[in-house]
Amino acid sequence: MNKHTKTKNSSGKGEGEITSVFNRRLFLRSAGLATSLGTIVIAAGCNDDDDDPMIPGTGDTVDLGSGDIGVLNYAYALEQLEAAFYTQVIQTPYNGITDAEKAILTDIRDHEIVHRDFFKAALGDKAIKGLTPNFAAIDFSKKEAVLGAAKLFEDTGVAAYNGAGKLIKDPNYLLLAGKIVSVEARHAAVIRDLINPKSADFAGDDIIDANGMDKAIAPADILAAVKGYVKDTITGANVGK
Amino acid sequence: MDIFKIIDQFQQIDGDAVGRLEYASRRHFMNKIGSKLASAAIPTAFAAIVNKAFAQSAAAVDVLNYALTLEYLEDEFYKAGNAAANLIPASDKAIFMQIGKHETQHVAFLVKALGSKAIAKPTFDFQYGGAFGDVFTNYKTFVTVSSALEDTGVRAYKGQAGALIADPQILEYALQVHSIEARHAAVARRLAATLLGNTAMKGWITGKEGAVAAIYAGEDNMTQGGVNLKGLASKSDAAITEAFDEPLTKEAVLAIAGPFIKK
Repeated sequence: MNKHTKTKNSSGKGEGEITSVFNRRLFLRSAGLATSLGTIVIAAGCNDDDDDPMIPGTGDTVDLGSGDIGVLNYAYALEQLEAAFYTQVIQTPYNGITDAEKAILTDIRDHEIVHRDFFKAALGDKAIKGLTPNFAAIDFSKKEAVLGAAKLFEDTGVAAYNGAGKLIKDPNYLLLAGKIVSVEARHAAVIRDLINPKSADFAGDDIIDANGMDKAIAPADILAAVKGYVKDTITGANVGK
Repeated sequence: MDIFKIIDQFQQIDGDAVGRLEYASRRHFMNKIGSKLASAAIPTAFAAIVNKAFAQSAAAVDVLNYALTLEYLEDEFYKAGNAAANLIPASDKAIFMQIGKHETQHVAFLVKALGSKAIAKPTFDFQYGGAFGDVFTNYKTFVTVSSALEDTGVRAYKGQAGALIADPQILEYALQVHSIEARHAAVARRLAATLLGNTAMKGWITGKEGAVAAIYAGEDNMTQGGVNLKGLASKSDAAITEAFDEPLTKEAVLAIAGPFIKK
């Protein structure tokens, strides 16, 4: 996954459209949507342990809301997907998983669950419902598929928080987002190092620009990128507004 | 049209009028960034606002020069480490070349953004007054210092986010660098854990765990958003502290970095 020189952005900023198309394509390709569709169907996606009843196979429309609440719900939505993903990874470990890999993935699962439940509690009655994930495209029995999806979830999470920062009006929320995004970045680096150990990939040129900067991507583009992984339709048009 | 006179009059009534006017126009401008049409239409106003966005706000200049100090430090540290013979084993070279490359890029970006307001590069003492005397001859010490510098960098950038809330574009750049420092930190910590034989040290920070204890004060914080998270989702204190990285104030960071800076 480090050979995207043709599509790599050469300038550090102002190329939003190229970035988003690039990201979407990278995201979809890396998750193996095109090639391994439906290898394993997760039982109704019910691996998230919150109280909301989930209705298998149906997707609701979920509005994230506006202003800072919208940003927090946006983060909550992404953390829900990450938590559900790693919960599944640990429930059905891929073939040949090592103890070291399992320990790392378990740690990450726990961090994402803490993030998810923290946002849920912080939002109180303003929280969106529990989302129904759709990981049908991910073959959880294969290391490559699982770590590839993990990498994309983490890189996407980092870019999402980086892009949402300037939408936040309350400095306390901004700091909270900052406390979480660096943990997501640590995850991204470690996952990338598991895939290609001791290489430059932990902060690889496929994702880091010529100013040595990570991505910052707007909510609309992130939501488009993760669309395939959630049954509900998420609308975030007013996030941060 | 004597806009300046009007602003002056405003200021007599409201001392912060200029600040808020700049903020408003900056926000407007940043919403339109990428619109080539706009930049062609009003080049002078555009240039003026860009200039303000990058260098004229005293708070932003302050933060950027603070960041530049730390990036100068990191850049020179990795330049020396990567150049030292028999220090970094071949197996780990790719990692430190990549980290070093980013720090050089960060320095270049900040120097350019600050223009004439950029501070000069200080003279550094990487032996930290003798505490790390073998930093460029003993790989274990080098990686220890690397992990400490990166984790401090993460804490330092995080601590400045609030100060940049009125400068959205600079805030975004700072966040984009912040997460790179965290990527560096995770890898450096894992190398340090192996070299030091410290199995409690992971890519993320459990409690206050790290190779140089002094810089992890407060990392074991359990209270987020005013709520003690103990027992959240039935997760351990370890998991909860790992899930949140903590900021440091500029004063705390400069106290840590101080002994590295000769002048």
